[in-house]
Amino acid sequence: MPDPVPAEAYKASAHFRLRLLKDRFVQWGVAAGGVGVIIAILLIFIYLIYVVAPLGKAPEMHGVAAYPVDSENRVLYLAMEEQAEIGMLIDARGLVRFLATADGTALEQVQLPVPEGVRVASFSAARPNSGVVALGLSNGQALVFRHRYRASFGDDVRVITPHIEYPLGPAPIDVSADGSALVSIGVQAEESFTLVGWSEGGVLSVVRALREDSLFEDEAGFEFERSSGYSDLEDILALLIDPPQRNLYVISANGRLAWFDIADLDESRLLEQLSVSAPGVKVRDAALLSSGVSVMVATDDDVISQWFVVRGAEGARHLQKIRSFDNVTGLSALTPEFSRKGFLVGDSDGAVSVFHATAHKQLIREPVAASAIEKLAIAPRANAFWALDADQRLHFWRIENEHPEVSWGSLWSKIWYEGYDEPEYIWQSSSASNDFEPKFSLVPLTFGTFKAAFYAMLFAIPLAILGAIFTAYFMAPRMRRLVKPGIEIMEALPTVILGFLAGLWLAPVVETHLPGIFALLLVLPLATLLAAWLWSRLPQAIRGMVPDGWEAALLIPVLIATGALAFSLSPALETWLFGGDMPRWLENRMGIGFDQRNSIVVGIAMGFAVIPTIFSIAEDAIFSVPKHLSNGSLALGATTWQTLMRVVLLTASPGIFSGIMMGVGRAVGETMIVLMATGNTPLMDMSIFQGMRTLSANIAVEMPESEVGSTHYRILFLAALVLFLFTFVFNTGAELIRQSLRRKYSSL
Amino acid sequence: MTADFKDWWKSGTPWIWLNAAAVAASLIMVTGLLLLIAVNGLGHFWPATVWQFQYQAPGGETGQLIGEIRETETISVERLRDSGTLPPDHPEGVVERYLLKIGNRDITGLDFRWIPAPQILERTVPDDLVVLERSEWGNFYGFLESVKENGETVAGQQEAWLELQPRLQRVTEIRKQVRHLEKGRIGSINYQLERLRLRQRELELEGKDTPQALAEIQQQRDALQEDFAALQKELNDLYLEMQRDSASLRVMGGQVVDIPLANMIRAYRPNAMHLPARMGFYASKLWEFVSEDPREANTEGGIFPAIFGTVMMVFLMSVLVTPFGVVAAVYLREYARQGLVTRLIRIAVNNLAGVPSIVYGVFGLGFFVYFLGGNIDQLFFPEALPAPTFGTPGIMWASLTLALLTVPVVIVATEEGLSRIPSSIREGSLALGATKAETLWRTVLPMASPAMMTGLILAVARAAGEVAPLMLVGVVKLAPSLPLDGDPPFIHLDRKFMHLGFHIYDVGFQSPNVEAARPLVYATALLLVVVIVILNLAAIAIRNRLRERYRELEQ
Repeated sequence: MPDPVPAEAYKASAHFRLRLLKDRFVQWGVAAGGVGVIIAILLIFIYLIYVVAPLGKAPEMHGVAAYPVDSENRVLYLAMEEQAEIGMLIDARGLVRFLATADGTALEQVQLPVPEGVRVASFSAARPNSGVVALGLSNGQALVFRHRYRASFGDDVRVITPHIEYPLGPAPIDVSADGSALVSIGVQAEESFTLVGWSEGGVLSVVRALREDSLFEDEAGFEFERSSGYSDLEDILALLIDPPQRNLYVISANGRLAWFDIADLDESRLLEQLSVSAPGVKVRDAALLSSGVSVMVATDDDVISQWFVVRGAEGARHLQKIRSFDNVTGLSALTPEFSRKGFLVGDSDGAVSVFHATAHKQLIREPVAASAIEKLAIAPRANAFWALDADQRLHFWRIENEHPEVSWGSLWSKIWYEGYDEPEYIWQSSSASNDFEPKFSLVPLTFGTFKAAFYAMLFAIPLAILGAIFTAYFMAPRMRRLVKPGIEIMEALPTVILGFLAGLWLAPVVETHLPGIFALLLVLPLATLLAAWLWSRLPQAIRGMVPDGWEAALLIPVLIATGALAFSLSPALETWLFGGDMPRWLENRMGIGFDQRNSIVVGIAMGFAVIPTIFSIAEDAIFSVPKHLSNGSLALGATTWQTLMRVVLLTASPGIFSGIMMGVGRAVGETMIVLMATGNTPLMDMSIFQGMRTLSANIAVEMPESEVGSTHYRILFLAALVLFLFTFVFNTGAELIRQSLRRKYSSL
Repeated sequence: MTADFKDWWKSGTPWIWLNAAAVAASLIMVTGLLLLIAVNGLGHFWPATVWQFQYQAPGGETGQLIGEIRETETISVERLRDSGTLPPDHPEGVVERYLLKIGNRDITGLDFRWIPAPQILERTVPDDLVVLERSEWGNFYGFLESVKENGETVAGQQEAWLELQPRLQRVTEIRKQVRHLEKGRIGSINYQLERLRLRQRELELEGKDTPQALAEIQQQRDALQEDFAALQKELNDLYLEMQRDSASLRVMGGQVVDIPLANMIRAYRPNAMHLPARMGFYASKLWEFVSEDPREANTEGGIFPAIFGTVMMVFLMSVLVTPFGVVAAVYLREYARQGLVTRLIRIAVNNLAGVPSIVYGVFGLGFFVYFLGGNIDQLFFPEALPAPTFGTPGIMWASLTLALLTVPVVIVATEEGLSRIPSSIREGSLALGATKAETLWRTVLPMASPAMMTGLILAVARAAGEVAPLMLVGVVKLAPSLPLDGDPPFIHLDRKFMHLGFHIYDVGFQSPNVEAARPLVYATALLLVVVIVILNLAAIAIRNRLRERYRELEQ
């Protein structure tokens, strides 16, 4: 044994100081680690909000440059290329000029082959991403050209060179049937081209250029079809052709809109004619929204209205006013975005506003120029615009407007989308088509989530709570020691296995034994009661062989036998009651659609997953009710059942409620079971024979494919945040209830 | 009697029995589910009897069907009459029908077929029926006619079966060599070539691409390519060798088909097998299941990569979660001042266990993969860009996400363990002059270690069964290489991996031939369930023993 060191001396020694240092170090290390873990947990919440936040961010725009344009002629049209680096101007003489948008430097100019002595009488652009523009000439001809941009990379610097090409040849095309000047013109270009002209003589002429198939690409020519007719239309303001070139909308300044079918020129006809403005109010401008389905009409009473074709009550198609934007004062220019449903409005005060049609709101309005905006061009990516004011100054501005389509309303209320006959809740995030407008209504998903949770709870609550009551209050301790681990194992089963069994085993079983499943609901309780009654009639000698608290074990064979009986009788029952095929009977006789992966399957499978959660909390609450309470009640002469109902359950009810809350929390967030046991269709149908799509399953399906930073991506994060908050609130509530219950018990 | 019944009813006994029924029903469901998985999963490897049916369709034409009975069900006549499989005048009632696995997908198009019992005229179990497991097109059923070498018949009729086995053995040997070449050596060369490409790109980015350095790289590359060519030739020779033999088999309906032995994995005559042979077969199939790679879009073969991926992911997760969980628990219980804050933190930690796992997946994808991974790529792996290295789902991010998911489990279990240690022990240690850190390290933590173990086991059990978040952060249906192999740096944390739970989802729901894959999914599910049940039972056992021990300490 070493010599004892005096305490004072030891405290001064290096060894002691090292120990103290270590102690201090551990204290700080543990604190840092502990706080770190807690921060990491908080980080989840913060990061989810961080990703979701930009959805609610208001758009911004700011000026980059403004410069005068030295043109003696009126400017007809402005356009920009993909990168918004180069802008194009067309003037009334047919001179096309390309400028650098950032500073107005002239890059290139091209004189279009307008014939001698002919002036440009009208002008129109096809859908903006085609780059096709048509000029209507005073000799009744039209000049069609396309502006294109080629990007090349030299020395890691991108160089964009603009050029003009003539898809139908450089020679002007005869449009006007009577040879008089084209007062108004419309053009649309995809694979084939369609030109519509309204001539001074009042003739409406349509020319269609169809591509002729040729072995050699560059030899491909065009075949022209023509059709014309007089019309009583007057003062035509716009001739709008949709991109498939089936519909023509003619809008005149006095507020008339005529809708023609031009799919087949030999059979073109007027489908409908209606007034799109209030009586006596003039139309100022009209344009098609990006996919060419909606017609936007701006009128003199400061209203912009959106129209498209819907199917009416009798199945007849007609033009319908969908929504309108009021108080758009002094509109002087209207330009739709390239791919979204937004549009830009320039007004006589020199301000530019950004609107979104489907979201039905004005996103931002900023003063841009000192005088009225005459022409507006938006960049293809909708991240910049170029405006020409009445003082012939050009303004180049940047826009930050990432998620215009998202608003509280678009996520949670009915929206009237293009192509739908009425406002609806729709979740449809992607499609094969380019013109697709994503539809992000969280309502069907939330509905599905609650539907799944509802059916799961319908299955789980009775089983779990009744089971908990029996286990905690009546069951023999030996059996209880076996049952509790059994239920814990039930909780630990991976949900992917439950989902797999539900989808591949249970769903077909339910479909073929549907009457049997419903019979079980009735037969099992009856069989239990019958068995109980018969048991009470048995001689005491036999009953004595099974001690109290083992009733559950006695019932196992009874339930198995009854279940087997119900299932084996199911086909006979089906033949007898439902003509041999219950799902078809439901569909034909009752008009109830039947889906193999339906709510019954989800309810059972997810109920199975939720039972242990509810069971263990409820069982705990009932079991820890102080014994003197129930003993007192029994001593006063109450039966065990009365004691249970009036004393024990009453005391334990907050605990049972907290178990149910935890169960709901688990059912709402469960992913794999609903993913595998439902058809994952976002329906709004409470029917037990139909499936659903839940928030969680939707995330699992769509998240891997969604583009980082896109609206879709952020909305999926929002769905995750909603799930997070929902379960957090529910679990915290349950936890608080349990803690207060525990305090109550200890004070009793 | 009526009075009795009324009394009985009023006593509340029926309600007690109904409560008992709820427990009984829950227990029946749990055991039934485990039995269902066990029976289906274990039955998959047993060589099933192959039947030969003579049947007559409602039209009158007769035919022959050969196959295993997969399922038998009772169905109402009505449903079959509508689809035309039973004549319209068939009497009402119910009939049995069988789901036959008839195989021969390349010939018949479908490898499953329902047949109602009334159609069957005669059923036999021919002893000489041969079942082939093939490397493509699934199982084959037929009668062996002859064995051929280079197209020449070497054995016919009776001798054919005896001749087939050794030749099949030879092909299996060659296949093993081919796999060794392809996966092992050629895979390794490809990996090294890719590393060279990245090395060159790195030099270029750093501006160190001197002709000398480039030449060095080129030299290494040439050497590798030379090796590659040699291996390629060796491989081609082996493939030619494999193609040598073929066998002719007669299928149901009388058609005779030639099948190269190269396509056969296994040939057996289940009907002629006696019990020991069947058991041997069972064992070999079981071994194949746990040790081989999957075949045919995961619907055949083994699940070794999925087992490996699951184990490795869980292992990485344990390494990450244990220290953090324990430190957080120690902080909360031993260092933090108990009060409102710790109470709030405890509630938060408890509730995190209830936050849906998919939310963790979303967070893992957004934060770990895109944010952290993207930045790591920018900083450390610029040579591979734009192809992401860590900026894409992979095993490291999956483990981290699951560690975050299971950290509450470890915290709660460890805290429980710490709270059960009597304070007299701590006080005793402190009174003897130990510092707080020494008390913690020497007495408290060792005593709490079984509790930590419980927490870790529960965390592992949860992680092994969790699928939803993994779908977002790194699991794939088929990983070309394991995250651990012979190429430096040996552990590839950026690789994607396969996982048992996801395997179940993918094969059961995304595979083109779900019916054929179903037994395999059951077997996979069984494996997963067994692992998780064992882990949980272990955790329960440790916990119970621990409670006993503390009870003794307190006395």
